[in-house]
Amino acid sequence: MDLGQLQQVDAWCWTAPRRSGETRGEIRLYGSAELVAAMDDKVLEQITNVARLPGLVGPAMAMPDAHWGYGFPIGGVAAFDPDAGGIISAGGVGFDISCGIRSLRSNLTVADIEPALAPLADALFRTIPAGVGEEGEIRLGPGALDAVLEGGARWAVAAGYGSEADLEFLEEGGSIGGAVPESVSALAKKRQRGEMGTLGSGNHYLEVQVVERIYDAAAAQAYGVREGQVIVCIHCGSRGLGHQIGTEFLVSLAAGASRLGIRLPDRELACAPIRSPEGEQYIGAMNAAMNCALANRQILAHLARDAFRRVLPDARLDTLFDVSHNTCKAEEHVVGGKQRLLFVHRKGATRAFGPGHPALPARYRAVGQPVIIGGSMGTGSYILAGAATSEARAFASASHGAGRAMSRHQALKRWRGRQLIDELRARGILIRTRSMRGAAEEAPGAYKDVDEVAGATEQAGLARRVALLRPRVCIKG
Amino acid sequence: MSDASEYFEHGADVGLIGRGATLEEAFEAAAAALFGIMTDVSAVKAEQAVSVEFEEADVELALVRWLNALLGQSQERKLALGRFWIERDGVCWRGGASGEPWRAGLERGVEVKGATLTGLLVTQAAGGWEARCVVDV
Repeated sequence: MDLGQLQQVDAWCWTAPRRSGETRGEIRLYGSAELVAAMDDKVLEQITNVARLPGLVGPAMAMPDAHWGYGFPIGGVAAFDPDAGGIISAGGVGFDISCGIRSLRSNLTVADIEPALAPLADALFRTIPAGVGEEGEIRLGPGALDAVLEGGARWAVAAGYGSEADLEFLEEGGSIGGAVPESVSALAKKRQRGEMGTLGSGNHYLEVQVVERIYDAAAAQAYGVREGQVIVCIHCGSRGLGHQIGTEFLVSLAAGASRLGIRLPDRELACAPIRSPEGEQYIGAMNAAMNCALANRQILAHLARDAFRRVLPDARLDTLFDVSHNTCKAEEHVVGGKQRLLFVHRKGATRAFGPGHPALPARYRAVGQPVIIGGSMGTGSYILAGAATSEARAFASASHGAGRAMSRHQALKRWRGRQLIDELRARGILIRTRSMRGAAEEAPGAYKDVDEVAGATEQAGLARRVALLRPRVCIKG
Repeated sequence: MSDASEYFEHGADVGLIGRGATLEEAFEAAAAALFGIMTDVSAVKAEQAVSVEFEEADVELALVRWLNALLGQSQERKLALGRFWIERDGVCWRGGASGEPWRAGLERGVEVKGATLTGLLVTQAAGGWEARCVVDV
């Protein structure tokens, strides 16, 4: 992206001035000059289109890890007022509704897992269904699936996957209100058969990581994180059910937008007024998919615990936090000194409530919400904490990952899966996957520098770094 | 996969192209490109059939609906799909595919979540038809 077309708001924030006669909201691109310059031109085009949608409150924003998406850029954040004609956009949430990361802190150190690393990787790979065509063992009839869609992780705990103690550390206590299973099609429910408790593929993973460095001692203490500790992160979403909901509403809302009086600058921004039957139907289905994702990650956490205990019987994995990064949530925010209910779209962006936010668990309230920036399988990931400035900067939002620097197609031309896996093993990182193509596409070199993204996220006042995690085992789909 | 199926660059996902002498052939080639992301479609045995049917006046939205209908069928029936056919009668589209349950030995590529409206283009040129869109993986 040519920085010459942008104006610098401050050291870590950029905007694009409106052209003469152009009516749209403000735009903000967060990041270092290097990160913003490295963003695809499509990011600016897409976030500019978002700024043209009705009922936008505040700027349409791109996080430091932003890259070309569909409709919204990945890393796009935008808030809409339901009482000012604001919209809900299926393209602003994406296909993998409520894709996110569950992080678990262990009672283990790197010394505990080192001698058992290969058996641990094998046990996890045998236990976690991962990759295209793989199914889970859980089979749910239509009635039971509706209970999942209403109960989320609470359903999973009641069904024996994990414990009540997990729920305190999940967004909304693990169960999103306003889910309407009747708004979810029969096909979406059928697609979920065999999908509960599965990881998926692409950039989804389960990683065993080790805390290499602590940046914020107070937050690390609150989160129960210390140097040398083993952490597990599980990245996945709402599986076939969410994909089908996204698919159906994307087409139906795109086709019906003009009837609702909405002129879409890009059909992929398919949307409806929040206060409309179409908007309400999507919101009900989306909330159901969020619960599906929360239940799925809860089951996967349970399966990970089982696998750990088979290899390391004294292992204990407690939930650190669970963050979603493909969502639209109804939240209270202060705008111009006034409290307002806004629908905040975060597509490839993480909620990042700052210290003192009432929605946070008591244990974390003083330091802010845990935020996970997932990196590639060969580099690292970060735990951050929502900053005091997060709210004013981006409606309490932050980056969600390293962000791709190279297309999957380019990565396939450059790397071979087997060779990459061998190279990572030589560096002490064990990869388990059925897909050599998937491994090549997810090559660490295909991603941006996660250190730069995490640093920019902190410098931009979106969240502050707490800990750096290095991967040791990665289960890929 | 034949030369009628191809891919184009997209930052995070995959752009696919299907070409054919007719619109229907281009759609079939686009389906082969889509399932070619998940497996080697030439190795998929034609053991089971799925069918799809929908009404759509907009040919570009029809491409998205065709690809997503196949994805839905593939996932619901837990099948790898390898051969595809589609017919058009005005706004009515009828098609199908054949494939087999996922088995050891079938290449495991990357799961496709859905066909998007990004980069969506269905065009007719001198040499025939071209259908393209970005799919989310």
